[in-house]
Amino acid sequence: MGEILSILGKEDFYFAMLRTATPVLLTTLGAMTASRAGVSNIALEGTMLFAAFFGVIVSAFSQSALLGFLAAVGIGLFISLLLSYFIVELHSNGILSGIALNTLASGGTIFLLFLITGEKGASTSLHSLKLPALNIPLIENIPFVGKILSGQHILTYLSLLLVFAIATLFKKSRLGMEIIAVGENPEAAESLGISVKRVKRTALLISGALTGMAGAFLSMGYVGLFSAGMTAGRGYIALATQAIAGGNAYLAFLASLLFGFCQSMANYLQNTGVPLQFIQLIPYLSIVVAYCAYCRAKLKR
Amino acid sequence: MSSKQQFQLFRFILALGISLGISMLIIFLVSKEPWTAISYLLLGPFGSMRHFLSIFAQATPLIFTGLALSLCFKSGNFSMITDACLYISAVLTAALAIRLSLPFPLHPLVILLLAVVMGGIIGSLPALAKLYFKANELVTSLMLNYVFFYLGLFTISKYFADREAGTFASLKYAKTAVLPILVKGSKLHLGFFLALLLAVLFSILLYKTRFGYELRLSGSNPSFAKMVGISSSKVILLTQVLAGMVAGLGGAVEQMGMYQRFNWQESPSYAWDGVIIAILSRNNPALVPFSALFLAYIRVGADIMSRKSDVQNELVALIQALLILFVTAEAFLSGWEHRREVKESLAAADTALPATEHRPATASAEPVATKADLVEATEPAATKAESAEANGLVAATADLVEASGATAEKSDSVDAVKTFPEPGKEEA
Repeated sequence: MGEILSILGKEDFYFAMLRTATPVLLTTLGAMTASRAGVSNIALEGTMLFAAFFGVIVSAFSQSALLGFLAAVGIGLFISLLLSYFIVELHSNGILSGIALNTLASGGTIFLLFLITGEKGASTSLHSLKLPALNIPLIENIPFVGKILSGQHILTYLSLLLVFAIATLFKKSRLGMEIIAVGENPEAAESLGISVKRVKRTALLISGALTGMAGAFLSMGYVGLFSAGMTAGRGYIALATQAIAGGNAYLAFLASLLFGFCQSMANYLQNTGVPLQFIQLIPYLSIVVAYCAYCRAKLKR
Repeated sequence: MSSKQQFQLFRFILALGISLGISMLIIFLVSKEPWTAISYLLLGPFGSMRHFLSIFAQATPLIFTGLALSLCFKSGNFSMITDACLYISAVLTAALAIRLSLPFPLHPLVILLLAVVMGGIIGSLPALAKLYFKANELVTSLMLNYVFFYLGLFTISKYFADREAGTFASLKYAKTAVLPILVKGSKLHLGFFLALLLAVLFSILLYKTRFGYELRLSGSNPSFAKMVGISSSKVILLTQVLAGMVAGLGGAVEQMGMYQRFNWQESPSYAWDGVIIAILSRNNPALVPFSALFLAYIRVGADIMSRKSDVQNELVALIQALLILFVTAEAFLSGWEHRREVKESLAAADTALPATEHRPATASAEPVATKADLVEATEPAATKAESAEANGLVAATADLVEASGATAEKSDSVDAVKTFPEPGKEEA
């Protein structure tokens, strides 16, 4: 207990919390956009993995971090386009198509990695680039808070901006209204002249782009390499945090912070003799408990 | 075989063709010896008796997970907890195979029994969360899979690890805790027949019992199931417990049949493979062994290919993904099917119009409901919904398809009636 309290007193802990929350936040926003259009996008896991992979490959060969990032977002868009084609045009079950794309991602990235590097585990032999971290003037000078908020990764800041962007999308924009309308009642939306197909496709593309960024964060953020299965279920976690957020982008931020909290707490506990496997399962367990608690609270209301 | 089934079979073969075609294309793109790779992929499994028999060994766990997921999907539950059930039961099997000392037939029997119980308990968790909290079973099961995976990993590495093994492995299993090998020199063990037996039992459960009927109806028409007084909670819970039990059995069988130590440092993908098996079998337990054998054949071929040529066996993921995508794409080729149906119904109209009594569809479909009692009347409706939900198919087994032929024929003609107004429009 004392150990946990001392961890909670460290500014590094909160810094790590924000950092580990980033990919989940981006993906949660993506899952939310798709979900509001009535699609539960289980392919996020695979999309993120593909994005992480292509970010590393493209940045290694072009020696440009920006190009790597764009490739990650691009592949996110592409996978989502593919998914939307099957869901919207071919009336596939979204969950089954999602599972197919996840299968493709987990095997396909290893296949390609071996083709390019001759290894199946990680891209250690490639010299891939990272996206930068930013120090924010003024804020960095504030005691305690400055150490937490400044010096974060550029995508962490971007993800915070995107929280506002997605919130505004649903509150203010025409597209946001259309997405909500299609998600809640496709027939009614269609009768109002909204193209359900177009709206669903657009929502999926937005979710793909956001998830692409999350993938880029994983492989081009702090580690700077791709390793097989590195997403480790973050795409699935986003489905749970998205459900907890219930369509509200700000709550999505809080739910992702909850994940960040558990994950970085787990990382800190590693030094205290708690078995590794328990540390690894903490984030998943906390999210599933939080999700069930949320569902129970909603039921009682 | 009705024309609808012919169409579905055609569609399945085309989906298979596309999947294999794209995979071949990739082989040609990446390989220096594409023909060698392809011939090992497709013919390798028939290269020797050992390879051929390993198809059956590899199909065994796939049958278990395929059955588990078919049952879940059939009842309309998208729980993926099969993964955790299989993994934890495998861990339990390892523990009991190492620590328990019992004589031969008793040892595996006790292990199988306890593994089934364990699988059932874990399988019930997402169902309970759904019943009590209305938590989505897909979301909870995906999270729980990770929780149980790490718990299992912890159990083995903390209590049963062999420190001298060098890599992650448990101590050796007792000699009494094995499933008998059926053909000497191969890996084909008793578990395969256990899996087959289970497929038969599940077919009976699903199509011959009252619970099976309730399960199918809950899956195909939940609101109607509720109306006729079927307890959805009972179906949700029992289905997932049963699915968990099968998965648990699969985990135990796999460990005792194929391994002497526990070395699953990563969760095997059997549960995810179960998804494609359920899809290929249209959630029909009787077809599960065929789909599993098919997938196992591709797997064995891919393994041989990756050992003997320069193409890696992860290619299987591509084949699997493409198969799922195309087989579940309901509207895939639908334009083509629609035109064909229109043509057929026009032809049918021409021949049938003079003598109305020869047109069973319009006349017989409705009145059935007035006579029979409510529950019975829904039987054809349910099967129709199933055949609509079903996507394409592996009807490699003609006899099984024949069995459902009658109902399918009926839904066919109903469809034909539906398309009647269309032709006029198209010609105009």
